[in-house]
Amino acid sequence: MSIDTPALSEELLSGKESKILDQEDICMECHDFSLYYSEKQALFKINMRVPSKRVTAFIGPSGCGKSTLLRCMNRMNDLVDGVRLEGKLLLRGEDVYDRSVNVTDLRRRVGMVFQKPNPFPKSIFENVAYGLRLQGISNKREIEDRVEWSLKRSALWDEVGSRLQENAFSLSGGQQQRLVIARAIAIQPEVLLLDEPASALDPISTLKIEELIFELKSQYTVAIVTHNMQQAARVSDYTAFMYLGELIEFDATDRLFTNPKEKKTEDYITGRYG
Amino acid sequence: MSIQIAGQHILHQFDDDLESTRNKVLNMGGLVEKQVENSLIALVNSDSNLAEQVATNDYQVNAMEVAIDEECNHIIALRQPAASDLRLVVAIIKTITDLERIGDEAEKIGRYAVDLASEERNELYFAELKSLGDQVKKILRDSLDAFARMDVANAFETAARDKQINKEYDVITRKLIKSMTEDRESVERGLKVMWCARALERIGDHAKNICEYVIFTVEGKDVRHTSFRQALEEFEGKA
Repeated sequence: MSIDTPALSEELLSGKESKILDQEDICMECHDFSLYYSEKQALFKINMRVPSKRVTAFIGPSGCGKSTLLRCMNRMNDLVDGVRLEGKLLLRGEDVYDRSVNVTDLRRRVGMVFQKPNPFPKSIFENVAYGLRLQGISNKREIEDRVEWSLKRSALWDEVGSRLQENAFSLSGGQQQRLVIARAIAIQPEVLLLDEPASALDPISTLKIEELIFELKSQYTVAIVTHNMQQAARVSDYTAFMYLGELIEFDATDRLFTNPKEKKTEDYITGRYG
Repeated sequence: MSIQIAGQHILHQFDDDLESTRNKVLNMGGLVEKQVENSLIALVNSDSNLAEQVATNDYQVNAMEVAIDEECNHIIALRQPAASDLRLVVAIIKTITDLERIGDEAEKIGRYAVDLASEERNELYFAELKSLGDQVKKILRDSLDAFARMDVANAFETAARDKQINKEYDVITRKLIKSMTEDRESVERGLKVMWCARALERIGDHAKNICEYVIFTVEGKDVRHTSFRQALEEFEGKA
């Protein structure tokens, strides 16, 4: 399935996204993408591009639509009653909401990690192996290799390698979150969506997750929603600031945090009254 | 994004911290201005007592630099400033370094003034030093004024005046070289006068730096080592 992707015109970008992405390989893009919860509009004509193998952070006050937008990227909003969409959301040029798209396949390509660690009530090993089995992999050796690889990639192997059969709930919150990330990357997605992945964790666990995000971007496109602006500044290459359902500003993270172009961004990141 | 001095932080304590630090920079600026002024009076009037006082008062300037530096460290560690707040804190850290160096130059002038006071005066050079000194005092005052008001137009205008100071310094230097070549007896004195002129020229450079920090804070643009004219045109185009 493929649709004609209109070239991103200046008008589409409407000055909200600078030309900084011209050198980047684009993984996901929104074109005039709007979302309504019944009558209430939650996203207003979002136009942006998410570059491949980079970390893109979404920041903004509660209710600004950042989580909603993230959840659209792997169609987590499909089950919400009354949701209506306009515009396009593309993954590698293909419309995520096209009728021909198999949602399970989409979610295999676009994995998601939530705020609260949600391991399955199974062993550490089975948590990571579960997705692989769903994919139809039955070779025991292959599964073991992939579990080990995923746990190493998510910086958890050194801590759990000797107790893989223990219940996942025996792990600390930070370890559980890294386990969930291991589970997500075991099936080798293209994109990882992280919705407040460290907000329930202590500072050290948070730093481990941030270090992991930095490691992961060499292989995956990462989109992260965070309330912690310093975290966005630390981990991301690009930052999108959203406010009341609109994309206010998108720029390279270091520029957005030192010299934002929009007053609303400035007020938000400096903690001023808007 | 221009700095929003009026916009208040949700955390009022942060506003208080920034305001208090900014005020201390202005106090330090006032003290440095006084030091420069006294060093010039001491030099021109051959007042060795005042010159000694300038030299011994420099410790106050140094102490203020250390105190403000520490406050900035606290703000960075505890408040994690971003955007215009971050630029302001960075500008403060840089400004006080320049102010401290201006203090050092005033101290130097004070020390040469003590030496020169005990020697035969050459009125011509003192008149030229006074003229250069007046310009330097003005550029320093205006740069601090631009900092206090975060006034970019004033910062551009003031910074541009550093060129004139450099020209005047060149003229004095050439005259001194000529006179020292003709009269070897005057070399020792001539060198001290030249070092005073050099110190004044350096103060002009530091004042220009302060203007550049003002532009950086407000406009988010680093205009150091770039075409000033181009930066000014961009600013005027925007205004």
